[in-house]
Amino acid sequence: MQIGRVIGTVVATQKHPKFEGAKLLLVQPLTLDDQPRGTAVLAVDALGAGVHEKVLIVMEGRAAGEALGRKLAPVDAAVIGIIDTVDVPASPKRSAAADRLASTGLSGRFAPRRGGEGRVP
Amino acid sequence: MQLARVIGDVVATRKDGNLGAIPLLVLQPIAADGSDTGRTLVAVDSVGAGIGETVFFVRGKEASFPFYPTEVPADAGIVGIVDHWDLG
Repeated sequence: MQIGRVIGTVVATQKHPKFEGAKLLLVQPLTLDDQPRGTAVLAVDALGAGVHEKVLIVMEGRAAGEALGRKLAPVDAAVIGIIDTVDVPASPKRSAAADRLASTGLSGRFAPRRGGEGRVP
Repeated sequence: MQLARVIGDVVATRKDGNLGAIPLLVLQPIAADGSDTGRTLVAVDSVGAGIGETVFFVRGKEASFPFYPTEVPADAGIVGIVDHWDLG
């Protein structure tokens, strides 16, 4: 799945019958810092997302068809969620176990040996 | 799916039998502002698009779904002709 922003709507009268009644949105995929990434894609929308909303899109045919609730629909992208927030911590937190290890001052003992295979003796 | 402009067509006499008489069109993908983006490609057409029209197309195996149950060996297919699009 990818994060994207709805930037527009598309209207087509002449289209494959499986598109009847489906809403078509132009969605600009985004990087995690909200910068546009790549070309805008057309996605079908069964949720009622609006322009400017941040959405979760699936870009794989079978999943997109399921999102639309129609089998054998010639679609390859669908809006499957309207995003409230995306939370990406600036740096991954160290686990409590790693903190404990560091406080013992022994962490070097657990470093993998050079050339080691990682096997347990 | 992606927006594209139909810029040409392809005629092939010798081709996979399952392609039959399905039209093959040359597409130039376009960005949301209408400018060209990316490489041109050839797509099968199931909606009767013509040169100069703006269409949307699907990539992947789904391109063959409009011709089901014929197993058309296509990886891109036009599935709609765009009347207009609006940017918010």
